[in-house]
Amino acid sequence: MAAAATCGAGAGSPGSVAAAVDRSSATSFQRKGPRAGGADGGGPRLVSIAGTRPSVRNGQLLVSTGLPALDQLLGGGLAVGTVLLIEEDKYNIYSPLLFKYFLAEGIVSGHTLLVASAREHPAGILQELPAPLLDDSYEKEFDEDGCNHKTPDSSMKMKIAWRYQLLPKMEAGPVSSSRFGHYYDTSKKIPQELLRTAKWHGFFLPERISPPLTVEPCHLTHGYMKLLEFIKKIVSEEGVDGSHPQKKTKNILRIGIQSLGSPLWGDDACCAEACDDSHSLTKFLYVLRGLVRASLSACLVTVPAHLIQNKAITARVTSLSDTVVGLESFVGSERETNPLYKDYHGLIHIRQIPRLNNLICDESDVKDLAFKLKRKLFTIERLHLPPDLSDTVSRESKQDVAVPAPRPGRGCSGLAEGEKHLDF
Amino acid sequence: MADRSGYQQMTALGRSRLKGKLTLLCDAKTDGSFLVHHFLSFFLKAKCKVCFVALVQSFSHYNIVGQKLGVSLTTAWERGQLVFLEALKTSLDIFFQTPAGPHPLQFLREASARNLQPLYAFVQEALKPEDGGEATWRHPVLLVDDLSVLLSLGVRAVAVLDFIHYCRATVCTELKGNLVALVHDSGDAADEENDLLVSGLSHQSHLILRAEGLATGFCKDVHGQLKVLWRRPSQAAAQRDRSLTYQYKIQDKTVSFFAKGLSPAVL
Repeated sequence: MAAAATCGAGAGSPGSVAAAVDRSSATSFQRKGPRAGGADGGGPRLVSIAGTRPSVRNGQLLVSTGLPALDQLLGGGLAVGTVLLIEEDKYNIYSPLLFKYFLAEGIVSGHTLLVASAREHPAGILQELPAPLLDDSYEKEFDEDGCNHKTPDSSMKMKIAWRYQLLPKMEAGPVSSSRFGHYYDTSKKIPQELLRTAKWHGFFLPERISPPLTVEPCHLTHGYMKLLEFIKKIVSEEGVDGSHPQKKTKNILRIGIQSLGSPLWGDDACCAEACDDSHSLTKFLYVLRGLVRASLSACLVTVPAHLIQNKAITARVTSLSDTVVGLESFVGSERETNPLYKDYHGLIHIRQIPRLNNLICDESDVKDLAFKLKRKLFTIERLHLPPDLSDTVSRESKQDVAVPAPRPGRGCSGLAEGEKHLDF
Repeated sequence: MADRSGYQQMTALGRSRLKGKLTLLCDAKTDGSFLVHHFLSFFLKAKCKVCFVALVQSFSHYNIVGQKLGVSLTTAWERGQLVFLEALKTSLDIFFQTPAGPHPLQFLREASARNLQPLYAFVQEALKPEDGGEATWRHPVLLVDDLSVLLSLGVRAVAVLDFIHYCRATVCTELKGNLVALVHDSGDAADEENDLLVSGLSHQSHLILRAEGLATGFCKDVHGQLKVLWRRPSQAAAQRDRSLTYQYKIQDKTVSFFAKGLSPAVL
């Protein structure tokens, strides 16, 4: 398995057990170091790959999603060998941003990219990537936006509400080292010289598809089958599955797939409730999971979950992915004009976090998270309700806010609907 | 002690009074994989022959967690105690090339698999008693993680129920072993095939362990609730099935159980 193991643990496949059995002691007191790749069992320490870091909890190799705030919520970053599923917001305004952040982070860290889309040409997507903010301009960006906030200066101590000073701040400041997690300026495009150094492979569906003459052997939609074959080809070409052991430098392959499940891919999951190839999307995700687990790659998939008619497919898609993040933007909904949400652009739901090589996972305590796209930065914050300072108590606004997110996440386990319980 | 008794109850399952039984692990809106890790390490420590059909995670994942729980899967695999089907890896072989012969994951190549006969043949082959006098291992165990993913791969619920029926006949009745399987229960009636599978399995099983989230929402100190239900599927329902409820908190190397409302964080 591509995810890093602790130093004392055995290697991934049973085939390469010879080296692993020698290091059979498995106490957790051993120092955990980053170990990339389970395919080769040799060498206690491998050269660390740029743009990755080991997880604090179990030495798992992590890459940044491009949003340091999201990294913090996912327990440090996206684990190598896993699939991150993003449920798109209703009008697809903010999910392409997350997609671009992921790819931009890959370019800045020097990873190889694989971009697949049925709607835009990958070269066009790469031209639109945001520019990274360099180290010295971090402080300026935060100061400019900080003036609009009423947040107190960190040096100023709170006199009355001093207990609140002990609460952890959700928003992560700029990271001191420039190796993991960068900030991006959405108003500027990525500089061309940086783009030229990037190594990427593109999959644009209309170019690859040919009229299917025979039925696909595994009964997947034609587009999905072609994409899986392409991914497998690139994975073995780049050697991220350990097939070229003589290669000294290892690199991560970042796979980005846009709008999977939409009708543009030839899948009718979004068109009809009882669709013909209702297992196409789930089979695709399963084989993708197998491909990604066996290689040094991290995958981000965006799915228009709100369009999928059959709710069973949504549930299955969620359980087949490792990490699931849902975006809900306020555009077009009644919440846009709600004064309680005026500071934010939408809500972000962390629906699922994987438990990899562990019984537990790093779940964040905060379940109500909201995002906003500031002038140049995308931030995720704990949803704060402003105090109700009106003269008359407005009952409607209180009840509106009291309704929690409609779909309880797997982690937070709300079995009851919020409205039925809050009857006071 | 209140917090230990739940775990002791779970460890008592492998004793003789639960030989030849089907245990169903069910999780509703939470992650019940800790139960799979527990049973895997438990049966390996009890020197049983285990056939593990791992459909959703890789070998190294179970190996690393197993080492935290005190067993080494690589050692067990080398000794022949563990037969491991790592479906994520073998699915790539069968998906991209036509297989030479029958393959346990053959259903991946079909649009709507009629039955899981090749998979059953694999299990049968893995758990067949050794020739020769001495049996090195105790009664065989089949562990499946998890059955709900088979529905996502195009297998009908009826085919999965048939597979479990055949496995139960071989493993439980003929070989006097145990069968442990995990299913996901979504609760709401969105996934009809899954509900069919869960209710069909619940009726056949002798022991149901159901991990659910708390009704009041997320809690840092209590991760969920475990309902243990003993059943007698073959007899009439005149005797009441015994049931117990515990709340649990998952820690790095163990799971602590306690009675409802008596979490150490509260006391």
